[in-house]
Amino acid sequence: MRFGGLVAVNELDLTLEPGQLYGLIGPNGAGKTTVFNVITGVYRPTSGEIRFKDHSIVGERSGKITRRGIARTFQNIRLFGEMTVLENVKVASHCRQTADLASAVFRTPAHHTEEERVDRQSRELLEIFHLQAFADEKAKNLPYGSQRRLEIARAMATLPRLLLLDEPAAGMNPHEAHQLMDLIRWVRDHFEMAILLVEHNMKVVMGVCETVHVLDYGATIAVGPPAEIQKNPKVIEAYLGGA
Amino acid sequence: MKALVRAVVVVVVLVLLNALFTGGLIPDFSISPYFLQILSLAGINIILAVSLNLINGFTGQFSIGHAGFMAIGAYVSSFMSITFGDRIRASMAFAPESVRNSALLLVVLAAGAACASIAGFLVGVPSLRLRGDYLAIVTLGFGEIIRVFILNIDAVGGARGLGGMPRLANFFWIYLFAAATIAVVTRIVNSSFGRTLIAIREDEIAAEAMGVNTTRHKVISFVVSSAMAGVAGGLFAHYLMYIHTNSFTFIRSFEIIIMIVIGGLGSITGSVLGAVLYITLTEGLRGFAQYRMLLFSLLLIVIMIVRPGGILGHRELRDFFSRRRRVAAATPPVVSG
Repeated sequence: MRFGGLVAVNELDLTLEPGQLYGLIGPNGAGKTTVFNVITGVYRPTSGEIRFKDHSIVGERSGKITRRGIARTFQNIRLFGEMTVLENVKVASHCRQTADLASAVFRTPAHHTEEERVDRQSRELLEIFHLQAFADEKAKNLPYGSQRRLEIARAMATLPRLLLLDEPAAGMNPHEAHQLMDLIRWVRDHFEMAILLVEHNMKVVMGVCETVHVLDYGATIAVGPPAEIQKNPKVIEAYLGGA
Repeated sequence: MKALVRAVVVVVVLVLLNALFTGGLIPDFSISPYFLQILSLAGINIILAVSLNLINGFTGQFSIGHAGFMAIGAYVSSFMSITFGDRIRASMAFAPESVRNSALLLVVLAAGAACASIAGFLVGVPSLRLRGDYLAIVTLGFGEIIRVFILNIDAVGGARGLGGMPRLANFFWIYLFAAATIAVVTRIVNSSFGRTLIAIREDEIAAEAMGVNTTRHKVISFVVSSAMAGVAGGLFAHYLMYIHTNSFTFIRSFEIIIMIVIGGLGSITGSVLGAVLYITLTEGLRGFAQYRMLLFSLLLIVIMIVRPGGILGHRELRDFFSRRRRVAAATPPVVSG
């Protein structure tokens, strides 16, 4: 991926298996979020290919990619602030609904059954993320940690097979971060999805990921299990600078 | 079923009101034609304001071209009723006069709405890619293009204006369509599709990332809104029986914007309130016609300072009746984690 003359991410080769928890780390400006934006169709890669379930998804709209089964959260929280917590989740489930505009205008039976189903499923999702108490609260009024959890809950409502988490632990205290780790593991096991995690909190990354991928200046410098990565001299140099 | 009963009640009430106002119900009672006309124009403004609120208030796409779509509805339906009116009525010779007129009105309004929605689609597809100020300017431009285009078609009177259509619309029809507009917009907004529109207003990038085809949904909302403006235009034409392109300048678009901004962007009740308030003020201040716009600007500035979200903000009528429930829901129990 290039922006004009700048190569933001170079020759990234990344493969996720179903059910895998994959960590993507690197110093600031390494290109982690760019990778997310390329996968989700926000940027079109200047070269290379992205395949999801044997389909090339290069050049598709991000909405289409989400409907294919890739959901994401945002590093800088992007909730629908004026809408309630429950509505935030319901919006995300729209892409899995079938009732159309006409059924909404005429309030057909199909509309009512679907609304009831969506309401029930959305509330279940909120319960998983310990947000049920805030269901009717405006999203912008939530505490920061809860907003982060709502971001994940909302992404989950699109029923993804691959979940991209962009710094989910940012701004969380150690206690919250610990709970988040449990939650991420639980979500992965329960919904059998692959998770790609970008995170600066090393405790979280090393704690939950099976494979860690390290980027620096857009280039891969190491891939492997957390224990190996922690000892890798190139990684230590990238983070702490050369001696 | 409940909706059907409610619809029948609305129709009956409107028939009675219409009969009452025009003096048919109680022989001695009829309100002045002037007041009746104000009421009817207020109804047309309600249709315009509520439909524009769908795109400006709920979808968050600032459009200033509503008068253009109203013009298309007015001209297409008038042209239809002038050219084919007699033929359509003759084809239903068996039915009584009033039924024939009603059927003709529905046919020409449908034609006007269809053409306005096609125009809305053609304008919406390219311009809804733009955001904020850019969209506002492009829709303003399109609205004017539509008007100038009509001004130069001699078949619909050009600069002479267009007259000669029968008076098919009355208090009943105008408020029937106003009620229908309110019902349809309310239902759209309170549906899954409507939630995606509000999500687009709140954060378009996030909405797209949640699997919403934002372009498609914006265009649909724009087309629906344009069709409703077309109906309003058709009613306007068949109520006043004379139209001129001067009625559909960007000033008209601004008036509708003022109505929804005063009432509260994103509140249907607010749009109705704004429409009624606007026409009440314009008529009430007829004595100082030349200072009227000055007063409106002042009113807008005061509202922006005192209540930046409009009089009602995002609230609806029902929120005032269920206030207790809302207060209870607004204080969730403390939860750890």
